Amino acid sequence: MSSTTSAADTTSDPATGAAARTAHPDLPAPRVRPGRPLQGAGLSCRRGDRWLFRQLGFTVEPGQILWVRGPNGQGKTSLLRVLAGLSAPEEGEVRWGGVPLREARADFARDLLFIAHANALKDDLTPLESLRFLTQMHDEQAPEAVLVEALRRFGLFSRRHAPVRTLSQGQRRRVALARLFSFRSCPLWILDEPYDALDAEGCRVLDEAIAAHAAAGGSVVLTSHLPLTLGAPTITTLQLDEPARP
Amino acid sequence: MTGPFRALVARDLRLAARRRVEALLPLAFFTVVASLFPLGVGPEPQMLRQIAPGVVWVCALLATMLSVAQLYAGDQADGSLDQLMICGASPLLLTLAKVSGHWLLTGLPLVLAAPLFGLLFDMAGGSIATLTLTLLLGTPVLSLLGGLGAALTLGLRGGGVLLILIVLPLCVPVLIFGAGAVVAVDAGLPVDGHFSLLGALLIFTALLAPPATAAALRIATQ
Repeated sequence: MSSTTSAADTTSDPATGAAARTAHPDLPAPRVRPGRPLQGAGLSCRRGDRWLFRQLGFTVEPGQILWVRGPNGQGKTSLLRVLAGLSAPEEGEVRWGGVPLREARADFARDLLFIAHANALKDDLTPLESLRFLTQMHDEQAPEAVLVEALRRFGLFSRRHAPVRTLSQGQRRRVALARLFSFRSCPLWILDEPYDALDAEGCRVLDEAIAAHAAAGGSVVLTSHLPLTLGAPTITTLQLDEPARP
Repeated sequence: MTGPFRALVARDLRLAARRRVEALLPLAFFTVVASLFPLGVGPEPQMLRQIAPGVVWVCALLATMLSVAQLYAGDQADGSLDQLMICGASPLLLTLAKVSGHWLLTGLPLVLAAPLFGLLFDMAGGSIATLTLTLLLGTPVLSLLGGLGAALTLGLRGGGVLLILIVLPLCVPVLIFGAGAVVAVDAGLPVDGHFSLLGALLIFTALLAPPATAAALRIATQ
């Protein structure tokens, strides 16, 4: 595991830029709830008789961004699903604020925003309805204006009442990612290939959202096969390319 | 905790409203199959009256099983199931919400349509009322058991047939007491016992099926 600092030289500080744009007149300023360290201790994951990764240990502190890298099939998605509490690791455990996940489940569920590779959108619902549904399921209190604003940030304001099935892949990804703006208070974001299918403008909005979240004390775990263009100060890299040993 | 429950039921109803033809398929299946019997068995009123409770019950059972097979498949395919499992709401509540949505979309229309089929089979008024009441008590059991089967066979190829093989034997008691109550009414016997047993089956299934379904869903999303 190596630590690299991104040298991306953007024109303006993305953190403050995003913060300025969020200051919508009708909306309360989003506040990220205080987060806790997310810790993976001795995590191992196996598919059949092949180990995807073994004895992985790391900590993501509040305000930190962890970039999980590695070639296809090395278990990036599996690791993210383990971190999100969807699947149990073969060995080791995930801790949220030092407490094992199975004991901290209620706290963790409230603090986590997980956006998987699949967008979790229904073809027959509109983007606005999809966002509202996912927010209600999470028991988050988000007024309608916040949801509309979240879609506007990703350039989907005019499509907010169109059925998802009429949207392109990139637009669907944007709808899924709009949750980043409607769940602003979740301190931990786990994003699986969030840049997938996004165009340059979409990537820029996402970069800003991630940087602003980290600046506000939230932590982010993400995978991306493209080099990150984030202007955020600290990106920790977790490389998953250990040769698989039986 | 009722927020997520209501949201999930409302979403499933809304999705069905956007796909009206698909939502009406179980009822259409029920109608077509039940109408085949007079054609196949012959139009003698006495014979039809005799087989009516069994026919309506078996058709309701099959219509439920056909529609319940996809209960969780769509949510799994588009990633919604993952979000439901980690959203913090109790998985028990989620399975109850999915089953409630299914019953409102399949069981309730069957219950409402049952008196019409009673007329089609020339049943007496009292028998029709009993048939409808037994369906009202019995169809939630079918939805609960079907939901369990759908969760157990989630992600398997040929899951639909497997589901029917797993769930149909479990539905036998409901079928026996449901159809039996109508036969008892026809014979002038008391039916309190049948209704008590159906009620007991409903309570029993409502207590045991959701935890098993939740566990099956957890395994399926591993």
